[in-house]
Amino acid sequence: MGSLFDFMLPELKSPMTGATTDALMGFIHIVSFIILAGVTVAMIYFAIKYRRRSDDDKTPLITHNNKLEITWSVIPLLLVFIVFGWGYKGWLNLKSVPDNAYEIQVSAYKWGWTFSYENGAQVGNEVHVPAGQPVKLVMRSEDVIHSFFVPDYRIKQDVLPNRYTYVWFQAEEAGESQVFCTEYCGTSHSDMLAKVIVHTPEDFENWLSEQSSGGGGTPAERGENLITLQGCVTCHSVDGSQKIGPSFQGLYGREETMSDGSTITADENYIRESILDPGAKIVEGYQNQMVSYEGRLSDDDISDIIEYIKTLEE
Amino acid sequence: MATAEASPSGNMKTLQVKRYKPSENPKKTYLTEEKGLWSWLTTVDHKKIGLMYLGSVTFFFLLGGALALLLRTELLTPAKTFIEADTYNQFFTLHGAIMVFFVLVPSIPAALGNFILPMQLGAKDVAFPKLNLTSFYIYVIGAVFTFIALANNGLDTGWTFYTPYSTDSTSSVIWVTLGVFILGFSSILTGTNFIATIHKMRAPGITWGKLPLNLWALYATSIIQILATPVLAITLLLLTMERVLGMGIFDASMGGDPILFQHFFWFYSHPAVYIMIVPGFGIISEVITTFSKKHIFGYWAIALSSLAIAFIGFLVWGHHMFTSGQSGVATTIFSFLTFLVGIPTGIKILNWVATLYKGSIEMKTPMIYVFIFLFLFSIGGFTGIMLGSLAADIHLHDTYYVVAHFHYVMMGGTLIALLAGIHYWWPKMTGKMYNEFQAKIGAALIFIGFNMTFLPQFIMGSQGMPRRYYNYIDQFTIFHQTSTLGSYILGVGFLLIAWYLFRSLMSGEKAPSNPWGSRGLEWQATSPPDLHNFDHTPVVIHGPYDYHKPMEEFQLGLANSHNGHGHAEDIDVEKVSAH
Repeated sequence: MGSLFDFMLPELKSPMTGATTDALMGFIHIVSFIILAGVTVAMIYFAIKYRRRSDDDKTPLITHNNKLEITWSVIPLLLVFIVFGWGYKGWLNLKSVPDNAYEIQVSAYKWGWTFSYENGAQVGNEVHVPAGQPVKLVMRSEDVIHSFFVPDYRIKQDVLPNRYTYVWFQAEEAGESQVFCTEYCGTSHSDMLAKVIVHTPEDFENWLSEQSSGGGGTPAERGENLITLQGCVTCHSVDGSQKIGPSFQGLYGREETMSDGSTITADENYIRESILDPGAKIVEGYQNQMVSYEGRLSDDDISDIIEYIKTLEE
Repeated sequence: MATAEASPSGNMKTLQVKRYKPSENPKKTYLTEEKGLWSWLTTVDHKKIGLMYLGSVTFFFLLGGALALLLRTELLTPAKTFIEADTYNQFFTLHGAIMVFFVLVPSIPAALGNFILPMQLGAKDVAFPKLNLTSFYIYVIGAVFTFIALANNGLDTGWTFYTPYSTDSTSSVIWVTLGVFILGFSSILTGTNFIATIHKMRAPGITWGKLPLNLWALYATSIIQILATPVLAITLLLLTMERVLGMGIFDASMGGDPILFQHFFWFYSHPAVYIMIVPGFGIISEVITTFSKKHIFGYWAIALSSLAIAFIGFLVWGHHMFTSGQSGVATTIFSFLTFLVGIPTGIKILNWVATLYKGSIEMKTPMIYVFIFLFLFSIGGFTGIMLGSLAADIHLHDTYYVVAHFHYVMMGGTLIALLAGIHYWWPKMTGKMYNEFQAKIGAALIFIGFNMTFLPQFIMGSQGMPRRYYNYIDQFTIFHQTSTLGSYILGVGFLLIAWYLFRSLMSGEKAPSNPWGSRGLEWQATSPPDLHNFDHTPVVIHGPYDYHKPMEEFQLGLANSHNGHGHAEDIDVEKVSAH
């Protein structure tokens, strides 16, 4: 019967974490629906059957009925005890990470996610995981409170500054699932998205070893990786589309008008200054929303990003 | 002239009573006796103060509602529709803050409660009339602070002011928190005033067992207002100190704890939910008996469940924080207690439905709103059970499911109850009738628009759509568009209501003193009432729901008190019985 409400939920891709939740939600929905229908039908039936026929209608004096009061207090009480116990059981399971879980470190910031692996590999806004194995995410925030939510897995956990929180899940099949930030964190809160990418165990091993040999490639390739990893792309597009900050496409060598009316040609030094001191020069039509990346990007990193921006011609 | 016998602690005391039938053509009323803007601004009359609150609440409701329509319009498309992300964030913050602090909290107690409470007690006014006017001006000052914030950078933290976002935000956090801080005193003083009035100003014969359920509800509400609001004041002061002095109470890098802020905030804001909804319960009890012409079913169950909700409501705040990282033991206990607070609410619903059984039911507009309330509020309650259960809440927390849930409770509950109350007491307050047909069309638009707006939000929330999102992924488009369309219907409904109520003031039919045939004491005053409510000291021998007794036994007053200067506290009547 609970399956009547299945249309409300996305397909469950981590039964180990979500099966209890789905069963419980189905149960609550169906019991609620039955009681709601009963109350509504009773109301409407009484309104018709006992409609006022004349202004002199006499009504019987019925003040209370203890048996009835006790019945409709005790039955709901028993029902909510069931719901409490069931919900508690599911929640304990969500809090009990299996011993063989594969651990990934997560860093959340305004406005993006960085996922770090045991071999030093780092990926921005994509978390690659093996199928059929429990995965534990150990999470922290670099600024305000964020929250890690994967509807397909029925998991959610706030991510806090100066403290670790964790979630776990086990995706059974290769595929993709959407990650949302569900704690309001400012301008681009709704763009703070990520994807879980589930590989078969073999593919995952291959992917991971490719990543560990990473850090290589040309400077522009490293720059491309960095702007995803550091979340630059949340606010700066690489295809010319309008976001919170100016697009990187065709930025290098472009003549920009500043908010004070002056014009500047975007060269290496301008881009470097904008990364380290974003408020120094603001392009007309934009507001200063950016935090400084001083300490988060090395000089080499900045050079790599500039090399990448040079490749983005219009 | 009749006599009634009173028995304070066993000793019979005889009161001389006679019948006072309310005049259908009162020569002077509270609206005609003192006139002009100055008489309104300086009045200590609880009725005028109530109407001034009603006017202010209506103004803020229209403002908050307009913001809601702008938000819904922006959400018509997945990306930008017409406003920027920062503007959107400010709008939802203001929509929430205005609707909670300036509309829902004061709406029923301060507006309708002020008007009706002394009349249901047979009193001339509240216990402290000047304090009552002070409360109103404190509310106004709080509002002014908020407008300063609006003009000066706005507010982008969400109405919940979560740290550390709110300590870093460049918007006017301090102005708004000061505004809400000041507003809180208005709430505390009104609560104090009501408790004193209910204890000390009851007309002879109004024992606790004959107190209208509306007053039990306001009594329970006042207790919460007095006990919870100071905690909000403390929280907001700490937040201000955090911003101005950098004290680090909520700053993890200085040894503080951002979750502590959430505990502080919800310690007020969860009980505040009951400040908003419990007075609505009071209205429902009054209206459903009047239009069923029948005694309320389970008087004590309803009266005491209000008090139970008021007390248990203080122990459940942590259910807003199941995903926050608070301790697991706390999470478990809060979930358990949350279910306990659901039980008294369920009991009320079933008692109201049982009241209809074998009644003489007339579907006038206030009664239609009661039916809408019972349906919508039940949905709000059931989805609350869903959110109280731990595993389900982990999935649903901070999604549109929560948004839909609290709109079903706050709008489907409180606001619909307020509409029931306004339509019920409108003839008493204004002396005018509204157009019944137009009012029914209005109620239908509200019902259709409301469900169209918020039902899709349950589905998309359950599918994973997070709240406070300016952009969204394409799969949610159809739900958002249906919701937006519904909100426009809702908007038209409210405009229609505003229009016919305004028309009724201008050219409405004259209202009789008791158009619905209620046994409530407030209906034994003229419409609109005298400046001092009654021309006599009412004496009550039957409860307000004793529809099996004839009307004339509800029209008694002290025989020797023509000028209305009798005081209930002088008489201390436990029980009066008619001869």
